[in-house]
Amino acid sequence: MQDRGRLGVLLVAPALAAVLVLFIYPLGYSLVTAFQAKGGGFTLGNFAKAFEFYSVDIGFTLVIIVVSTLLIALASVAIGGYLTLGENPLAVAVLRWLYRWPLFIPFVVAAQCMRTFLAKNGLMNNTFVSLGILDVDQTIGFLDWRGIIITFVWKQTPFVALLVAGAMASLDRSTIEAARNLGAGRLRILFEILVPQVMPTLVVGLILSFVTMMSVLSVPLMISGESPTMMTVDMAFRINNYGDYGTANALGFISYLMTATCAWFYLKRQIR
Amino acid sequence: MRAWIGRGIVFGLLAFIILGPLANLALWAAAEQWYFPHKLPVVYGTKFWEQVFKPRGDALVSLVTSVWIALATVAASLALAVPAGYALARLKLPWRTAILLAFLLPQAFPSLAVYINIARIFYEFRLNGTMTGVIMVHTVHGLVFAVWITAAAFAAVERDLELAARNLGASGLRTFLTVSLPLAAPGILASAIFVFLESLDEFTGTFFVGVPDVITLPLLMFTASIAGNYQIAAITALVLLVPSVVFMLIIERFLKADVLSKVGA
Repeated sequence: MQDRGRLGVLLVAPALAAVLVLFIYPLGYSLVTAFQAKGGGFTLGNFAKAFEFYSVDIGFTLVIIVVSTLLIALASVAIGGYLTLGENPLAVAVLRWLYRWPLFIPFVVAAQCMRTFLAKNGLMNNTFVSLGILDVDQTIGFLDWRGIIITFVWKQTPFVALLVAGAMASLDRSTIEAARNLGAGRLRILFEILVPQVMPTLVVGLILSFVTMMSVLSVPLMISGESPTMMTVDMAFRINNYGDYGTANALGFISYLMTATCAWFYLKRQIR
Repeated sequence: MRAWIGRGIVFGLLAFIILGPLANLALWAAAEQWYFPHKLPVVYGTKFWEQVFKPRGDALVSLVTSVWIALATVAASLALAVPAGYALARLKLPWRTAILLAFLLPQAFPSLAVYINIARIFYEFRLNGTMTGVIMVHTVHGLVFAVWITAAAFAAVERDLELAARNLGASGLRTFLTVSLPLAAPGILASAIFVFLESLDEFTGTFFVGVPDVITLPLLMFTASIAGNYQIAAITALVLLVPSVVFMLIIERFLKADVLSKVGA
């Protein structure tokens, strides 16, 4: 038995070493650099500079990610709910076919799609004008922070909806039928019976989305490269234009804190 | 009947939101000229396709680079993940949960902040701008899929079959090679596809570690888009889209429920 334990450790070791060298070490490096002055030694100057230059973008990053996460939650609960409670098999089949399209589409491609779709003279506004909903001079482009939110929600909803729909499908149908027999409406069944039971899955999906959106560079860069934009753009700018690792890592540290807060709320729920 | 009018409006709107941006991409890929105030392309044609796919053109070089990197990433990930997955599924391991979670770390932190530091460390080892450097970054990022799905695939193999092989006198290694590995193969293939796609689509890591010499397809697409060459960007984007959409349509065939229920367990 002792040998089998040793064999297990031996088999896991190379993969663990890869994570240690190529992820944990650079992560530690970034934490140290965030608090390091140019000549070495401890400083909070990097953070002062980060807030001085980028406080607007830090705020916008938080707003963009939080609003996106809430919209993704709403949309994926709606989709999962309809797939579980929908009464018309054809409509359910159509939705099941339709909602998954953006699932594996890369962020760069999603950004390129939206870059031309949401522009002032893009396909979206053109369609509205053609249908007579808008006049040519009423159109507005969405290539700013709103465009980033739209792209994130478009790209991430299928992922969370897939998890949520899967969790809802594996629930015991008898409680749903019982509630239905007692005369509960579908909306009430969704929010009082289904959502509470799939909450853990929903939250895991949302946290993974939150972290993913936090580290995407291509979407903010391609949808709205100018301020107000996201911290990822600022980090890339500090590195590529100034080689300023101190400020970039300070911004990185702030983004770790944002995800850590999010994860902390989750863990607190789990323990309670 | 009334219900269908309501559904028609909702589904129509949903289809417009979901498929509109994709249709837009397809239009750009087929357009030769498209300018304001025309609502649809003025001239359709294949001029840009010929430009993108001309022999020894940038796009073809990038496509080959991307596929090589993705294949090497799959090979490296599986070489690390198959032994690790088997150990996690079948052998006694101290701190098993902590080890599983360790592989999740690269997806649990905002990765951009880590990539800039990897690039800085790689600089000292002359790994910046090399395929090896990019493959290393992609491998670690894909490892969570590789290890978790592979472990689930091994866990879903019936233990009785392995025990039967051992009873008939097969060695541990032989049992692994002739019983466990073939039975876990569909799950391992699924994890390989995940890692392949993840590597093919990866942007941020390559953006920092690969510059200036390694230009994958996503980076080429990005450069074309920023420069305003929307046709070229759209065509490259379509090339990237094909494997993603194919996998979206067939994912359930590879990832069976019995494996899926054991992921992360």
